[in-house]
Amino acid sequence: MVKSILLVGVGGQGTILASKILTEGLLRLDYDVKMSEIHGMAQRGGSVTTQIKFGKKVYSPCIGMGEADVIVAFEKVEAVRWLHQLKEGGILLVNDYEIYSLPVLLGQEEYPQNIIERLKDKVENFKAFNAAKIAEDLGNIKAQNIVLLGALIKALNLDGIDWTEVLKEHLPERLHDLNIKALEAGMRV
Amino acid sequence: MKKIMTGNEAIARGAFEAGCTVAAAYPGTPSTEILENIAQYQEIYSEWAPNEKVAVEVVCGASIGGARSLAAMKHVGLNVAADPLFTIAYEGVNGGLVIVTADDPGMHSSQNEQDNRLYAPFAKVAMIEPADSQECKDFVKEAFEISEKFDTPVIFRVSTRVCHSKSLVELGERQEVGVKDYQKNVKKYVMIPAHSRVKHYEVEERLAHLQAYSNRSPLNRIEWGDKKIGIITSGISYQHAKEVFGDQASYLKIGFSFPLPDKMIKKFARMVDKLYIIEENEPYLENYVRILGIDCVGKEFIPRCGELSPEIIRKAFLPQEEKKHYQVDLKVPSRPPVLCAGCPHRGIFYAVSKYKDVVATGDIGCYTLGMMPPLNVTDVVICMGAGISAGLGFQRAALQGGRKEKVFGFIGDSTFFHSGITGLIDAVYNNTPTVMVILDNRITAMTGHQENPGTGRTLMGQPAPVVDIEGIVKAVGIKEENVRVVDPYDLTATQKAVKDAYEATEPFVIITRQPCALIKEVQRKRAGLFCSVNQEKCTKCRACIRTGCPAISFRDNQVVIDQTMCNGCTLCLQVCKFNAVEKVVG
Ligand SMILES: Cc1ncc(C[n+]2csc(CCOP(=O)(O)OP(=O)(O)O)c2C)c(N)n1
Repeated sequence: MVKSILLVGVGGQGTILASKILTEGLLRLDYDVKMSEIHGMAQRGGSVTTQIKFGKKVYSPCIGMGEADVIVAFEKVEAVRWLHQLKEGGILLVNDYEIYSLPVLLGQEEYPQNIIERLKDKVENFKAFNAAKIAEDLGNIKAQNIVLLGALIKALNLDGIDWTEVLKEHLPERLHDLNIKALEAGMRV
Repeated sequence: MKKIMTGNEAIARGAFEAGCTVAAAYPGTPSTEILENIAQYQEIYSEWAPNEKVAVEVVCGASIGGARSLAAMKHVGLNVAADPLFTIAYEGVNGGLVIVTADDPGMHSSQNEQDNRLYAPFAKVAMIEPADSQECKDFVKEAFEISEKFDTPVIFRVSTRVCHSKSLVELGERQEVGVKDYQKNVKKYVMIPAHSRVKHYEVEERLAHLQAYSNRSPLNRIEWGDKKIGIITSGISYQHAKEVFGDQASYLKIGFSFPLPDKMIKKFARMVDKLYIIEENEPYLENYVRILGIDCVGKEFIPRCGELSPEIIRKAFLPQEEKKHYQVDLKVPSRPPVLCAGCPHRGIFYAVSKYKDVVATGDIGCYTLGMMPPLNVTDVVICMGAGISAGLGFQRAALQGGRKEKVFGFIGDSTFFHSGITGLIDAVYNNTPTVMVILDNRITAMTGHQENPGTGRTLMGQPAPVVDIEGIVKAVGIKEENVRVVDPYDLTATQKAVKDAYEATEPFVIITRQPCALIKEVQRKRAGLFCSVNQEKCTKCRACIRTGCPAISFRDNQVVIDQTMCNGCTLCLQVCKFNAVEKVVG
């Protein structure tokens, strides 16, 4: 069985690093893995997606409508934007955090209210929490990606390996402590 | 050893293992990381060329000089490099010559969706298409072999999902092939008509040999499954097809895709009940199958436009299997890419936006975003270089039509070096009174900060002379009094330059100079700087928000500046009439 994970967020939120660490961990768990990222204009504040598929043998790197076993939304509106990709009965993890896009800042479009409630009504396997706040309390909001990664690892029961080892290999030493704490905090939520 | 790699990393690895010694490219998504990774191998001389034509000519010369050579570019880059491609096709190679074209189905970051497979039959050169990272590496090695064996350049065609997907690759050793000797041979390497006429015959003969090879090449293979359905496919489409049909179908998986294996296709078609052709964009395989007189199903079900996916294939062939999905009826606000907080391009666009009879021809780079609200400046974007030259044409049309529009052409520094200089020369030569704005942020920003001739550093990390943009502008004949160099963070100076330019009756150049705000050293230098709003003085007129800076928002009836995003460029401070924005040095 191939499992599909979709990470969605906004340029600069660290989705790509999170997916790199996840991919490396999945390899250590002896899965075949394909990871595909679209980061064309990402740095310029656009929406970013990373797709990860793992299993015995993976062919296409792409995830379509109703095909994702898990979606991790690094930003609330992005959860709504990509919801159609979620499989029936799939897991939706949402960072309860807002980033306004320029049309919203300019007052030309509206940022929807009650996103969390609306998603909770629809999706059975739903969890929302403020990863940004957790990371900020640990010392740096930038570690929100690792908090979300921790929650994802837990949701998928992927604890067969030492994730802190994988984490360390992808980060400079001065960031180890913070991110290990972030990972653990994420696993606990 | 196995390693997880993107297609681009694997192509670089393949070039390394194949004993490649010279590589050149001009950046462009999704191809950029190929040369960035090749540059990690000390054995290969690698460079950013100013454009793709130069890159291909460099590797043509390197190949003739005996080196295994590789050039890489995005799909539209091959248009720029088509001229050398079509004639090196006649000359053939000495050291193996591989030209990578990275197409962008779905246009994740491109201006068109051309399918570069069509170049191979047009230029009459061999073509190879890998479907994952392992094949990227293995097939590049094979490409060098084929190139030398058949005396042909090889087009190596990849696409976004191959370039930017990661999968496992088994690494090998580098094969030291050295650099071959060069022997003068004007009949082969000097394409005057007398030589080319002979060569054309040889090229046709070579194609016949390549076709015979295609039928026996291990790059083309049949995977037998259920024979009720036979699928001919290549590249990433193979992966999608395989995911949808699994072993419920048989596959002819094409890796050597020009010339196509006619005998193999005929045999495969005979053995299956129904033949599907699954390919992205153009019916390249399908047309060939039909020319062979074989009936098949393809583009009547698979769209020509956009990126292919398992989902689309499923909808086309197995509509009963459509997946259920969730929906909530919330209106999702759009999230278009924007000029970053502190982007030096913002000031000049802001200044020009005040002139309502200016027509702006833009170009490709971060500054393409000058078309977006609230700046709304740019009217036209075509291709690299056209920011200047299309501006000249528009100015001529306006003059011919007796209209008053003033044209401002915008071009980035990397784009100026790529193909802006010839347009500039046209302006001088024909005295077209257009304004040309060169946005010099010292880097190729859009594609992820590659060095360019104005950066002062090469791809291999060596210090380099900084090519002098003002010097070029003046040397081609723009008069000294018609050149302004401004800091776009200084709004007054920028506005003054725009006014002078607007009033000029001769070709005029403005160079805006300020490094990209995302360059690491710039970020470090500006780390403590930001602006903040004095709420007592703020009248909530929101003039600052109309600069389009994503750090400024209006929340809970207050204008606020996000300090983590702001870099203290002070554009908002300068547009505020009430002195309500203050600069903070943290
Ligand atoms: C022929 C061609 N080659 C490459 C590209 C990819 N590309 C788009 S923008 C760009 C660079 C722009 O750099 P610059 O002009 O310095 O502007 P900046 O992004 O720094 O503002 C490149 C390489 C392209 N669109 N067309």
